Parts: sequence; structure tokens; C-alpha cells
Amino acid sequence: MSDQRDDNIVKIRGLCFARGQRRIFDNLTIDIQRGHVTAIMGPSGTGKTTLLRLITGQLLPDRGEILVNGYHVHRSSRAELYEMRRNIGMLFQNGALLTDYSVFENVAFPLREHTNLPDRLIRHVVLTKLHAVGLRGAAQLMPSELSGGMARRVALARAIVMDPDLLIYDEPFAGLDPISMGVVVRLIRQMNDALGISSIVVSHDVDEITAVADRSYLLSDGRVVASGRPGELAKDGSAIVRQFMHGMADGPVPFHYPAPDYSAQLLGRDQD
Amino acid sequence: MQQTRTVELGTGMFVFLGVAAIFFLATQTSNLNSLVSSEAYTVKARFENIGGLSVRAPVTMAGVTIGRVSDIAFDPNRLDAVVSIRIDARYDRIPDDSDAAILTAGLLGGQYIGLSPGGSDTFLADEDEIEFTQSAVVLENLISKYLFSQGGGDD
Amino acid sequence: MGLLRDLLFTFRAFFETFGALSLFLLRLAVYTPRALVRRFPLIVAQVHNTGALSLVIIMICGFFVGMVLGLQGYDTLSRFDSEDILGAATALALLKELGPVITALLFAGRAGTALASEIGLMKATDQLSAMEMMAVDPLRRVVVPRFVGGVVAMPFLAAIFSTIGIAGAFLVGVGLMDVDSGTFWAQMRNNVDPEDVWEGVFKSFVFGIAASVLAVFEGYNCVPTAEGVGRATTRTVVLTAIAVLVLDYIITAALL
Repeated sequence: MSDQRDDNIVKIRGLCFARGQRRIFDNLTIDIQRGHVTAIMGPSGTGKTTLLRLITGQLLPDRGEILVNGYHVHRSSRAELYEMRRNIGMLFQNGALLTDYSVFENVAFPLREHTNLPDRLIRHVVLTKLHAVGLRGAAQLMPSELSGGMARRVALARAIVMDPDLLIYDEPFAGLDPISMGVVVRLIRQMNDALGISSIVVSHDVDEITAVADRSYLLSDGRVVASGRPGELAKDGSAIVRQFMHGMADGPVPFHYPAPDYSAQLLGRDQD
Repeated sequence: MQQTRTVELGTGMFVFLGVAAIFFLATQTSNLNSLVSSEAYTVKARFENIGGLSVRAPVTMAGVTIGRVSDIAFDPNRLDAVVSIRIDARYDRIPDDSDAAILTAGLLGGQYIGLSPGGSDTFLADEDEIEFTQSAVVLENLISKYLFSQGGGDD
Repeated sequence: MGLLRDLLFTFRAFFETFGALSLFLLRLAVYTPRALVRRFPLIVAQVHNTGALSLVIIMICGFFVGMVLGLQGYDTLSRFDSEDILGAATALALLKELGPVITALLFAGRAGTALASEIGLMKATDQLSAMEMMAVDPLRRVVVPRFVGGVVAMPFLAAIFSTIGIAGAFLVGVGLMDVDSGTFWAQMRNNVDPEDVWEGVFKSFVFGIAASVLAVFEGYNCVPTAEGVGRATTRTVVLTAIAVLVLDYIITAALL
């Protein structure tokens, strides 16, 4: 069913997806290499989260196909889809921990749902994963007692508890203080290398991406406008890439929202 | 999950209360205990008019409920009503010449069958028929009887 | 012309929602048997959540409704010189109508809103998505136990309401208004058939299904924002009230 020795763990080919009138993705082609951290960047609203939902099968594309570990995501049955998802760990933007359960129970959740491991073993695995993210001591806290950074680390522990082949991070750096951001950067890199897995990081934090990613894709208007090592992107000459990588206020993504002529509007001439 | 014991206790008490309430309502407030599954025998009685009598109406003798109406049917041959009565098996010494009348309980009350004892030495048994019956009093007939018995002259 | 179009639009929206709701209910019904076995602890927790925690409001309201019935019933019946049947009158009113209906409305307000907001909040904070990503069907794990919990709890709540209501009526009728206590119970026993009791239980069961499915449906399909959750909660109460009263008429007419 799946061709594991393929070099690319995720292959996106000719993806087209529209929401209503807006074409979000137009003939998108992306390869996620096995064993590496791949970043997907782009200005706000380019649909990065939508892309993640398409990869995991939560959304259906209009055209094109996505292969994950050899599975044709959108031709799979529900059972196959769930099978595929057991090998993927996903970190949501705000952690998405289950509010009724403690940190320990949150991390243990996939184990309890999918395996018949005895409590002893579950405890062993959960504490190990919590230790890997540095939160073994917080096992009995409730999600409401955690800071944003801590919640995300717990979510990471939960994402790796089933030893997945692929880890997906949705905006892992958003809203964190510099220390927490440093922690997350280190963890992403460590997880990827120590566990021998592949990672996809969706973000628009250029500096953090540069520190953590092996390869970056820059999306704009539903297309890939640049790809390569982060260092190469910074030197790229195209206008949109430069505006993004250097945080310039105006450029291909305009500063002004489309509006009628300024002097005409001020002088009331547009109200004739 | 620390709250499991409280949850289980709370749910247990709740379900217990609920079942107790249903049990109370079903047995104590309704007439469930009277003549549900006890042994009984069936007799029939024919009436020209059953009035407002309905199935499950009580059947009394000397004012005490001894049975219930179990079925009401129309006989297309003799054009009268055949009422089936289930009498509690304890009461097996009812004379077979007893009288069955359809009476009304109070002003707003429902209709029921009242049995008046006869003098016979043989008693009613299963599948017997009560010979002497009085139909229900229909109010309009009563009024018209009264009006006609006054003769002319009144308005 | 615009009015006609709005009307047609409303009709179409109604049928779409009704259809979606029916399919949703069907899915829940199909998932329920396995859930009863696999997720029994979750269901117990939900019976606690919707039932046990609603006991306070049900008992208080039941008591006062019973007392009012006793008062009003006595006043009305005394106009016809029929105070003696107060027991039967209040029992029939509670068992057949007020018990199931008022309990369902209170249930919608307390438990229905809790269910809708819980599920809606889980949707808005991506918890349901996270579950999907962990290959756990949120419908089976989160929605079905809550639905089953509500359906199980409702008949019990209605029975408790009716029982306490009768007690309240007894207190007022016999304690306050000097109806003879023997007559109170005797007339009740004479005139209440077991069918009346089962009619009430059946109604509360149907109302339980309606209230629970509406609550979980609204929560599950809400717009995943704070505003969306709030609106879903409001809609739950409104729709449940309408559904319960419409179903009440239909069932009463059918059983009569």
C-alpha cells in the first residue's frame, strides 16, 4: 500500500482548491523530503492552514493529488485515512489540549484510544515524552494552568507519543516570548533529528524558520514563488520574496487596501 | 480522572431517584394494583344503549369494584351492544339472575356497570351471559319523556 | 416579491436544517449501541452531567409547579363543586403534560446549553480537529456519549418532577386548602390509568431525544468562534422549546 523508501514523505501535485470565489491554491506542487524540516511560509491569508488540512485529508481538493507516505490521501477510505493519521503528529496553533483532562491524560489520550497497553506502560511512555519536552514535572496540571508555551510543549509531547513518521507544526512560534520561542526551535530540531522523522513547519516567522528549517517554500497567491534553503531565499531577487523575507511594508503585497482615488474621495467628487 | 467516584455516586443516586419516582408514579398514583394480573373470569351482557361506557370502566356490586369492562362490541345481527366483563375470580358466588345496569358516578363522573344481586342458587361462571340488563339513561330521552308527559300547554 | 423570496428562502433553510438534523440523528442512533459498550464510563459521566446536575432546578421547579397546581386547581374545581378530585386533576395534569413538557424546557435551559457550549467550545479551540488528527472520531467520542446521556436522563428527570409536583399539590391541597387526604389519593388512584403514566414517560423520552440531539447538533455545527458558540447556545434553547411543544401536540393527538 505504501512505498516507504520514497525520498519524499509528502508529495503535492497540481493542487487546486478554491473557497467560494477565491482560488486559494492554483496548481501547487510541493515535495516534503524525508528526514528534513521543511518550512512553508507566506503572508497572512495565503491559506497555509488550509494546506495542512488538505494534507491530512480534512479537506478535499478540487483537483490534483496529495500523497503521504505513499497513501493517496483523497482516495483513501475513512479507515485508511485514520490509519494514515496515526503516523502523523500534528501540533495546532494553540495546542488544542483537551480541557477536561490533565497534562498526563492529554498525552496519554492517543495511547488509550489506539492501543491496549497496560497502565504501567502508558505511564512509562507518557513520562518519557513529557521529559523530552521538559515538562515531566507538570504532569498533573490542568491545561488551564499552563502558559501558552507550556501548552504547546504538552501538545508536542502528545503529537510524538505514538512515534509518528511525520510531524506537522501549525504556526508553532505565534504569540510566544523569545525564551519560549527558543525552546520550540530547539525542540523542533531535536525531535526531527533524534527521532529520525520528517517535519513540516507552517509559519511566517522568518528568523525562527531560518534557524530551524532545512528547506523552505514561500507561497503567495496560491503558488510557490520561491523554494530552497532559507539562506538562499533571503538573497532571492524577486520582489515578493524580498518583501516577505525582509519585512518591507510595501511591495507586491500593497500597503493600501484597494480604494478609490484619494483626492477625489476627499473633495467629495466620488459622491456625485 | 479524580472525579470518577463523585460522578459515579452522583449518577447512581440520580438514576435510583429516577427509577423510584417512576415506580411510585406507576404504582401509587394509578389504579395499577386493582385487577391487573389476578385471576378473573369473563361474562357477557347485552345492552340497547351503552351510553358513555368505555373499556376499563369499573364493574361494581354493592358499591365495591369487583371487575372491569374488558371489551365492547356491536352485534350486527341483533343490533345491540355486547359488553364483556372480567370479574375477579375471588367473587365466584354471584347469582346468575343478577341485574346489570349502566350507572353514572356523580354529576361529571364516568359511567360504570352496577350489578344488583338476584336470588338464584346457581352462580355466574366463565362465558355466561347476564340476562337482566338496564341500558344507560340518555339525557335527551329523559327530557323528551318529561316534556311529553306534561302534555300540551307548557312552552 | 422580495417578501415571497424571503419566505421561500426561509422554507428552504428550514428543510435543509431539518434534513441535516435528521441525518445527524440517524448517525448518532447507529453509533449508540457500540458506544454503550465501549464508552460506558463516558456515558455515565454524561448522565451525571445532564441529569444529576439538573436535579436541583428540576426539584425546585417541580415543587412549586405542583403547589401552584394545587392552588389553582382547588380554586377552579371549587367553582364546579368538585374539589374532591384535586388529587386526580393535579396528577393527570402533571403526568401527562406538565411533567414532560416543563422538564424538557428546563432541561434545554440547563443541560442543553451546557452540551451545546461544551461541544462548541471544543470545536472553537480546535480540540475536535485535534481528535480527528489523532484518528479518534470526535462524533463517537464526544457527541454520542453526551447525546445518550441526555436521552437517558430526561425520563428520570420528568418522573422526579411529576413526583415532587404531586407532593407539592398534596401539601397545598390537603395541608392548606383542607381537601381530605384520603380523598386526594383515592380519587387519584381511581382516575389515573397506567396508560397515563406511560404516556408521560413516552413523551419525556421523545422530548429527551429532541432536546439532546438539538443541543449536540448546534454545538457540533456552530461557527468556531466565541460569538458562534454563544449563538449556538441560544438557538438550542429556542429550537428545543419549539420542537418540544410541537411534538407535545402531535404525540397527545396521536395517543388520544
